[in-house]
Amino acid sequence: MTTLPTTPAETVADRRAEPLSARLHLWAITVDHKRLGIMYVLSGLVFFLVGGLEASAMRAQLARPGNDLVSPEVFNQLFTMHGTTMVFLVGMPVLLGMGNYLIPLMIGARDMAFPRLNAFGFWLFLFGGLLLYYSYIGAQGLYGTSAAPDVGWFAYAPLTDRTFSRGNSTDYWILGIMVSGFGSIATGANLVATILCMRCRGMTLMRMPLMAWMMLVVGVLVLTALGPLTAAQVMLLFDRNLGAHFFDPQEGGSAILWQHFFWFFGHPEVYILILPAFGFVSEIVPTFSRKVIFGYPLMVAATVGIGFISLSVWAHHMFAVGLGPVLDAFFSAMTFMIAVPTGIKIFNWIGTMWGGRIRFASPMLFATGFVAMFVIGGLTGIMLAMVPFDWQVSDSYFVVGHFHYVLFGGTIFAIFGALHYWYPKAVGRMLNETIAKWSFWLLFAGFNLTFFPMHISGLLGMPRRIYTFQPDRGLELWNLLSTAGVPLQAAGVLLIVWNLLRSHRKGAIAGNDPWDAWTLEWATTSPPPEHNFDEPPTVGSRRPLWDLKHPEDPDGRYE
Amino acid sequence: MTVLAVGAVAAPVAAAATQTADATSSEICDPTSGLPLPSIPSMFEPASPPAADIEALTWLLLGICAAIFVVVQAALVHAIVKYRAGRAAVDRDGVPGEPRQVYGSNPVELAWTVIPIVIVFVLAMTSVRLIRDIERTSPPEGALAVTVIGHQWWWEYRYPELGIVTANELVVPANRPVWLELHSADVNHSWWVPQLSGKKDCIPGHTNVLWFEAERPGVFLGQCAEYCGTQHANMLLRVEARDDAGFDAWVRGQQSPPASDDDEEVLRGREVFLALACQACHDIAGVSEGAFGPNLTHLMSRSTIGAGVAPLDRDTLRQWIDDPQTLKPGCNMPSLELDDAQLDAVVAYLATLR
Amino acid sequence: MAATSDATVDPTDGATRRDAVEWRPSRGKVGVASLIAMESFFFGTFIVAFLFYIGKDVHGPTGATALDVGPVIVWSICLLSSSATVVAAVKALARGAKAAFEFWMGATLLLGGAFVYGTAVEWRGLMLDHELFISTNLFGSTYYGLVGFHAFHVVLGLLALGMIWTLSKLGHLRAVDAEKVELVSWYWHFVDVVWIFVFTSVYLFGTGIL
Repeated sequence: MTTLPTTPAETVADRRAEPLSARLHLWAITVDHKRLGIMYVLSGLVFFLVGGLEASAMRAQLARPGNDLVSPEVFNQLFTMHGTTMVFLVGMPVLLGMGNYLIPLMIGARDMAFPRLNAFGFWLFLFGGLLLYYSYIGAQGLYGTSAAPDVGWFAYAPLTDRTFSRGNSTDYWILGIMVSGFGSIATGANLVATILCMRCRGMTLMRMPLMAWMMLVVGVLVLTALGPLTAAQVMLLFDRNLGAHFFDPQEGGSAILWQHFFWFFGHPEVYILILPAFGFVSEIVPTFSRKVIFGYPLMVAATVGIGFISLSVWAHHMFAVGLGPVLDAFFSAMTFMIAVPTGIKIFNWIGTMWGGRIRFASPMLFATGFVAMFVIGGLTGIMLAMVPFDWQVSDSYFVVGHFHYVLFGGTIFAIFGALHYWYPKAVGRMLNETIAKWSFWLLFAGFNLTFFPMHISGLLGMPRRIYTFQPDRGLELWNLLSTAGVPLQAAGVLLIVWNLLRSHRKGAIAGNDPWDAWTLEWATTSPPPEHNFDEPPTVGSRRPLWDLKHPEDPDGRYE
Repeated sequence: MTVLAVGAVAAPVAAAATQTADATSSEICDPTSGLPLPSIPSMFEPASPPAADIEALTWLLLGICAAIFVVVQAALVHAIVKYRAGRAAVDRDGVPGEPRQVYGSNPVELAWTVIPIVIVFVLAMTSVRLIRDIERTSPPEGALAVTVIGHQWWWEYRYPELGIVTANELVVPANRPVWLELHSADVNHSWWVPQLSGKKDCIPGHTNVLWFEAERPGVFLGQCAEYCGTQHANMLLRVEARDDAGFDAWVRGQQSPPASDDDEEVLRGREVFLALACQACHDIAGVSEGAFGPNLTHLMSRSTIGAGVAPLDRDTLRQWIDDPQTLKPGCNMPSLELDDAQLDAVVAYLATLR
Repeated sequence: MAATSDATVDPTDGATRRDAVEWRPSRGKVGVASLIAMESFFFGTFIVAFLFYIGKDVHGPTGATALDVGPVIVWSICLLSSSATVVAAVKALARGAKAAFEFWMGATLLLGGAFVYGTAVEWRGLMLDHELFISTNLFGSTYYGLVGFHAFHVVLGLLALGMIWTLSKLGHLRAVDAEKVELVSWYWHFVDVVWIFVFTSVYLFGTGIL
C-alpha cells in the first residue's frame, strides 16, 4: 500500500490548542462539505434522540388498554412530532449529510459544487427544525397553552383547517417543514451538480461508486418531490391565514386534493429516505465480503428505475379514499412493479456476499441486519399493494410495522452501519468494536420485539394514531410486547451514542484505510485535509484502490 | 438469526390468536342485545362476502410472501454461515489474500429480474380482479340503504327508506345486503368493521360507497380508522345484525314516537333539557331539533354511550351528562354544570327515550 | 476540476499517458437547471389546483365572468418578446458589445416591467370592480395563488436582470461573465415558458374559451 498518498493533516493537537469560541466560530462559518456533513449528522442524531423519546412515551401509553399516562391531546402531538421529526429532521438531514460528507471524497472532488449554498442549506434545515420545536413553547394551542402540532405528519385536510385546528400550532408545522425543505432543495441541487460536474479525471458515470448513483437519483427526487410539497403547504398557509379555500370543502375545495399533493411528495420521499441507505449497504457489503459488487450495471439500472417508478405510486397511500376501481388498479400495478428493482438490489447484495470471505465487523453487522429487515419491510409492502388486503389493514398497525421495517430496520440500520464504517474516516479513530456489537444486537432484538408484533395487532384490527385501545379485542399481548422492546432499543441507541463520544478521544488511531476498502475516500488521510486530496486523483475503474493494491489484476479488465 | 425465527412463527401466531378466539366466541353474548359477540372481532373471522374474500386473499398473500421470505433469508443465512472469513474455503484462482472477484452474471441476473416480474404480474392481476369483484359502484339487489355521516367523534346513521335517524350503532338485517353511503360532517373519518368489509374513508364533500352482507346475526365491532382529532381513539363502531323479526321490531320501535311518561321528574327533566343548551345540539323527535350532536329520540335502545366509550346505563348516563370530559376527554360536548336535582331529572327524562 | 497537468499516471497499468481533459457539464448550468426543474413542479402543482377547481366554485365571480383576456394578450406579448431581447443581450455580451448589451438588457427590463404593470392593473380591476379576493372563492384562491406566484417570479427575475444591468453600467461586467448572465437568462426564459402554461390554464381554460 506504499503508493497511497499520505498527507500529514493539521494535527489534532493544533486544533485543541485554540480557544473553544474560536473553534465554534470555525464551525459556524464553515463552507467545508466535511464539517457541514458532520454538523448535519450530529443535529440529525440529536433530533433522533428527541424523536425516540416521543416514541417511547407513546409506547408507554400503549403498554396496556385504557392507560392514562398522557392525555389524548399530548399523545396526538407526540405521534405528529415523532413522524415529522423522524422524516424531516432525522432521515433527510442525516442521509443528505452523509452524502455531503462522502460524495466529494468518493468522486475525488475538492468540495461540493456550491459550498456556500451547501452551508445555507444546512442552516435552513437546522433553523427549520428548531422552528418546529419552538411550537412547544411559542405556539398558541387549542386551550390557550403552548402546543405542538397535532394534525399528524401527513396533515390531512380539513383537520388542518382553522375550524378544526385552532391556535397556530399547524402554522408552525407548515413553516418549520417548509424552511427545512428549502434547505433540502438546496442540498438536492448541490448533490446533482456535484455528481455530474465535479467527478475527477477518469471517473465516468459508470465508474462512480454506487453510493454516488443513489445520491444522484435522490437529488433528482428531492427536486421533484419538494416542489409540490412546498406548493401545497403554501396553499394551506393561505387557507389558514388569508382565508383562501384550496382545501376547504365548505367552499367546494377538495380534501382529497391535499392527499394527492402530499403523497406525490410523500412517496418519492420514502425513496429519498431509502436510496441513500441502499448506497451505504452497496459500499459496506463489498468491502466486508472482500468482493466487488455483483452486477453493478443492473444495480444502476434498478436505482434509476426506482427513481422513475417512485413518481407514479403515490396513491397507494389512498386506496381507502375511494378513488374508484381504475385508479386503484393502476396504482396497485405500479406499486407491484417497483418491487422488482428493489428485489434486484437485495439479490445483488446477497450475490456479492456469496463466495466472499465475510468479516462481520460492526458495519457489516448493521448492513446484514439491514438486508434481513428490509426484506420483511419489502414483503409487507408487496402485501399492502394488494388493494383489497390494503382495505383491511391500511391505517392500521400493520402499516406502522411495515414502514418501520423499511425506515428503521432499513434506513436507520444502514445509517448506523454507515456511521460505524465512515466514523474512522471522519474522526481518525476507530469505534470500539465490542460496544458496537452489543449495540447492534440490543437494537436488533429490541427492534424486532417492538415492531414485529405491530403486524399482528394491525391484522387484528388496531388502527394507527389512537391514544388508547379497546381491551376486548385481543390486542393486549401484542402491545405489551411492542412496549417491552423499547428499553432494549434505547439501550442500543445510547450505547452507540456513548461509543461515538468516547471513541472521539479514546479510539484506536484509524489510519487512512482501516477496512482495506476500495473507494477513493480511503485514499486520503483520516480525517481528510480541508482540500481532500493533495493531488486531484485519477481513476481507471470503479475500485481505484483495488487497482492500486492489486496492480497485477486491475478491475478495468473486467468492467 | 433471530429474524428467521420471528418471521417463521409470525403467521402461525396470528392464526393461533384467532383460533383461541374461535374457541370462546360462541359462549360470549352481548349483554343488551343477547347476540353472539366474538372475542376478537378481526378480519380472520369474516361474516360478510367482501371480508371473506379478503380473508382468503390474505392467507394466499401471507403464503406467497412467507415463501419468498424463506427463500431469501435462507440464501442470506447460507451466505453468512458458509462464506464467513476463516470458514470460507480458500479460493485458488483469485488474487492472493482475496476471494475470486465475480463481477456479475447475465443469466443469474436475468433470472432474478424475470422471476419477480412474473410473481408481481400474477399478484397484480389478482389485485385487479378482486378490486372489480369487491368494489361495487351500484347497490346489490334488494340492499338496505343507509347513509353514514362521520362526526368528530361519533357516527350518524340515516335510513332514508325507513325514515330513521340514529347514532353510533348500526342495526341491520342479517342475510340482506347493506349499501352504505359514506359522508363526513367535518374532517376525514374511516368506516372500518373488519368482519364485514375493508375500510372506506368518510370525506367531507365526497361521497363514498361500501357494501356488506352479514351472513349471521351478531354484533360486529370496529372503529374509525382515519385520524380525525383528539378523540379518534374513541370513535368506535358497532354493527348489530338481527334476524328478520328482530330487525322489523327494531324498525317499528325507531319509527314510533318515544313513549311519553307523565312522571313529574321526567317532565321536569324535559324542561331542563329544553331550557338549557341540550336542545341546541340534540334532536329528539317532537321535542327539539338540534343537529350538532347525536339524535336522542330512542337513546335507550342503544347499548353504549359516547360512540362506544362506555356501556349505556343510568349511572354512565348520569356521569356523561354531569361531565362528558371525564369519560371522553376532549369531546365536543361541554359539561353544563347541572346541580344534582337537575341531573336526576334529565337522566330520568332521557331514560324514557326507548 | 482541473488536473495539475495533462500527463497522468494511470493507476490501472502504471503507464504515463496524455489524455484529453475530460468533459464535465458546467456546474452553474446544472445548478440552474435543477432549480428550474424544482420550480416547474412547484408551478405544476398550482396549475393542477387551478385546473382541478375550474367550475367547482359555489358562488362567483369566476374566470368566465371576471377575466378580460384582451389586455392580457398585450402584456403577454411584452413578456414573451422579452425572451428574444434577453437572447440578444447575452449574445451582445459574449462578443463584448457593451452598448448593445445594455440596450437589449434595458429593453428586457422595460418589457418585463410592462408585464408586471399589466398584472397590477388587472388585479386592481378584479379587486375593485369584481370584489374578487383570495378569500372570495376557489377561483380567487387559485387565481391569485397561481398568477401571484408567477408575478413574484417575474419580479425576482427583473431584480436579477436589473442588478446585471447596473453592474454593466458601473463597468463591472465583462465578456467572461457571459455564462453567468446566460444562466440568469435561462431563468428568465423559464418564467416566460411558465407564463404560457399559466395563460393557457387561466385565460383559455379558466374563462371557457377552450
